[in-house]
Amino acid sequence: MSGRFFGAAVTRLEDARLLAGKGQYVDDIDLPGMLHAAFVRASFAHGRIRSIDTGDALAMPGVVAIYTMADFADIAHGPMPPMAPHPLLKTPITYHPLADTEIRHVGEAIAIVLADNRANAEDAAAAVTLDIEYLPAVSDAALACEANSPKTHSQHASNIAATMKAGFGDCAGVFAKADHVLTEHFDIHRGGCHSMECRGVVANIDLLTDALTISTSSQSPYMVRRHLAAYLKRDENDIRVMTPDVGGGFGPKANVYAEEFAVTLAVIKSRRPVKWIEDRQEHFVATTQQRGQTWTLDVAFDNDGRMRAIRGRCIHDNGAYAPYGLILPATALASFPGPYALEALDLSIDVVLTNLVPTSPVRGACRPNVAFLLERLADRVARHLGMDRQEVRRRSFVRADQMPYTTGIKARDGSPISYDSGDYVGALNLVLDKIDATNFEARRNETKRRGKLRGLGIASCVEDTGLGPFEGASVRVTPAGKVIIATGASSQGQGHRTAFAQIAADALGVELEDVTVETADTAKFPLGISTIASRIAVTAGSSVQLAAHKVRAKAIAFASHQLEVGEHDLELDGGAVHVKGIPDMKIKLSEIARTLAGNTGVPLPGDMEPDLAATAYFNSNALTFAYGANACEVEVDPETGDVSVVRYVVVHDCGRLINPLIVDGQIRGGVVHGIGNALFERMIYDEEGQPLTTTYGDYLLPMAFEMPRIEIHHMETPSPRNPIGVKGAGEGGTIPAAACVISAVEDALGPDGPFIALHPISPQHVVTWLDGN
Amino acid sequence: MTEHSVTFTLNGERREARVDPRIHLGDFLRHSLGLTGTHLGCEHGVCGACTVIVNGAPVRSCLMLAVQIDGTVVETVESLGKPGALSPLQQAFATNHGLQCGFCTSGMLMTLEAYLRTTPAPTEQDVRIAISGNICRCTGYEGIVQAALDTASAKASRT
Repeated sequence: MSGRFFGAAVTRLEDARLLAGKGQYVDDIDLPGMLHAAFVRASFAHGRIRSIDTGDALAMPGVVAIYTMADFADIAHGPMPPMAPHPLLKTPITYHPLADTEIRHVGEAIAIVLADNRANAEDAAAAVTLDIEYLPAVSDAALACEANSPKTHSQHASNIAATMKAGFGDCAGVFAKADHVLTEHFDIHRGGCHSMECRGVVANIDLLTDALTISTSSQSPYMVRRHLAAYLKRDENDIRVMTPDVGGGFGPKANVYAEEFAVTLAVIKSRRPVKWIEDRQEHFVATTQQRGQTWTLDVAFDNDGRMRAIRGRCIHDNGAYAPYGLILPATALASFPGPYALEALDLSIDVVLTNLVPTSPVRGACRPNVAFLLERLADRVARHLGMDRQEVRRRSFVRADQMPYTTGIKARDGSPISYDSGDYVGALNLVLDKIDATNFEARRNETKRRGKLRGLGIASCVEDTGLGPFEGASVRVTPAGKVIIATGASSQGQGHRTAFAQIAADALGVELEDVTVETADTAKFPLGISTIASRIAVTAGSSVQLAAHKVRAKAIAFASHQLEVGEHDLELDGGAVHVKGIPDMKIKLSEIARTLAGNTGVPLPGDMEPDLAATAYFNSNALTFAYGANACEVEVDPETGDVSVVRYVVVHDCGRLINPLIVDGQIRGGVVHGIGNALFERMIYDEEGQPLTTTYGDYLLPMAFEMPRIEIHHMETPSPRNPIGVKGAGEGGTIPAAACVISAVEDALGPDGPFIALHPISPQHVVTWLDGN
Repeated sequence: MTEHSVTFTLNGERREARVDPRIHLGDFLRHSLGLTGTHLGCEHGVCGACTVIVNGAPVRSCLMLAVQIDGTVVETVESLGKPGALSPLQQAFATNHGLQCGFCTSGMLMTLEAYLRTTPAPTEQDVRIAISGNICRCTGYEGIVQAALDTASAKASRT
């Protein structure tokens, strides 16, 4: 794969409009007669709804309607369909669009108020009188496992929704024979996605046909359509869902949300357009979160540093519902054994319901959790043996000559997971070279002279990308010679338009400016899955390539017929098909498109099919595995406990780079998210399930002043599993970052310091550890 | 609620409007005047996405009431370059990949626009402090910082 644009760091086609303030986000949509919605939400974590009195609220200025779940009974009823059904979940654990009889976390939507503006809707929401019987809540997943714990769902006999297991090899046998066994307990804390744009929905109804049109700030518009159609018992064709510009996603916007259903039901009921824009307070209590897990793991290893087997158990805090099924624990299990060539593995995850905001993937899903576990264990083994951390990894990693490497774990479809390509030791060696690990002790000493402690951290990861089943794209040349790409893949800022235009422009010999990309509108492309799991470059990118090459072949066939020249003697360039070496002997794409668009009574040349267009779907039947090795240096202030990341180096291999500028941007943003997980982001609830960190004064996000520059080096091992040789890049920055930073902090605290098995860490932690506690 | 009259200069144009006293400047710009380039990210004054310039200073439009703009000069992202003719700072954002989803971008631009007027030769550390009241979840800040540095040095070399 190479061309004028594929592989070039071209600036993004998206940017000019966004920079000029001309983006069109969901809150920028203004429809005539539109009402504004506000939700009445649960203010405590568990309770039974006795009654909802809307009388006073309905009489307030500007209020048009207030609906509860009971008011929708003539349209639809029951819980929402599950997004990812799983045989272990006998009964789906999904929300009702509005709470039915029980509220199960602070923030759960109970009623929807429609008014002439948002302020009036919020005033009225505050005036709705709720009579809710208090029920005991549980906010700690470990306590929730105990038999006498309050139940998150009062009708359930247990809070353990499912127990998932995975493993391979003779774990007991390897443990019995290994030179050493260590046990560690890990605590990974919950955080949020915090896209700068919260969620939002604008829905409308056609008063003649009842057809619905929904704009939503979503990563999964086609899933919204599918599940809404099923819930409303309508044909998908009667529901158009589209995503306008979306201000960041990072995972949680991949869910189909209760608010999307409730707003749509309110539109059907009121027969008015309705807008709901989530505010930041709602985002903290109603948008899914992630990462809360505790693990107890045993690792078996030999005197030479080779890690041989891991076994253990996880308690996974799933929150109050499982909108996305068991996707998180399943991803955790599938992320083992990472880059390590283990002989055996035996893991079990208890998926535990708590009266907290539900969880679903946040950038990396459970891959950052597993990278943290594996990398911390590798450091632990090195420390135990008095060996270099990198040496343990070199001896334990899958080697390049073992590729393709079957890990022993099964993918979600039951097929064996097989790493397609890569050089994990090579990546580690390169990152150590780039950060100049050899001379680190000199830097440590220099830092010490300034009264601070310096540490070097390392962490590697493998990332499954290109999750199936497919995305698709159509490529069409208009009679004006412009290229229109339509795809179901939604965008949240990743630069898809630019990347797809690069692929198509190369295939069709046009300029980037000639290409328009339309994403995620169910009226413009029939099918789509979701922008999750670092899958769009592989799935949609390959689809664009396949469709563009079909169009190319058609243009060449046309020109061959018209010019009476063999197809092999033709090439595309400058918006035309021309004879190789004779640029003037050509037919413009616009002319071919015009001819294939047809003229009354005139047969098409060569009896060709109409339209210079093609559609293709790329079935991503086998995952492709990106990987990376990170190294960073931190400075710890022993007086204040402040940790400062002073250098961060990434070696990353995501196969062929479509656009290095965009890939580097994905990695940088991803690393910073991981640094946030390591040092700042802590979603805290009290024992009653009340969230305590619901502002950005309390919940700390990484800011410019605290972030280092991120130095990136690419290795490009083309994937053999798709036509453009790419692997996903959306999460590879985040996955090892928290592990890398914590590794550096531990190194800074020295051989007498603790083994750090949790994140985020705070200055209080550091000071306590330095005091020897 | 009694509406109040306000007279102000918006992006170089003198404007008069009647405003509900409880409406903040961000909502007023977006929903009353249709200037949707200003974005609301947190509405509690931390994320900086809604930053506009009032009387030359960067202001969080979610923390200022619309009635307070009476007699002031207000600048929003719409006063910078247009899509076909970006300002040097906007162009530097594109060149350095200083934006992804674009949602925090208007606030970043207006913060830096005000900052660079008064600080023509900042260091990297200075720029990071200048945008320490603006959250970006996408970029890791590096492209934004570099865009500001490039804009300052390009301007210095022209003068």
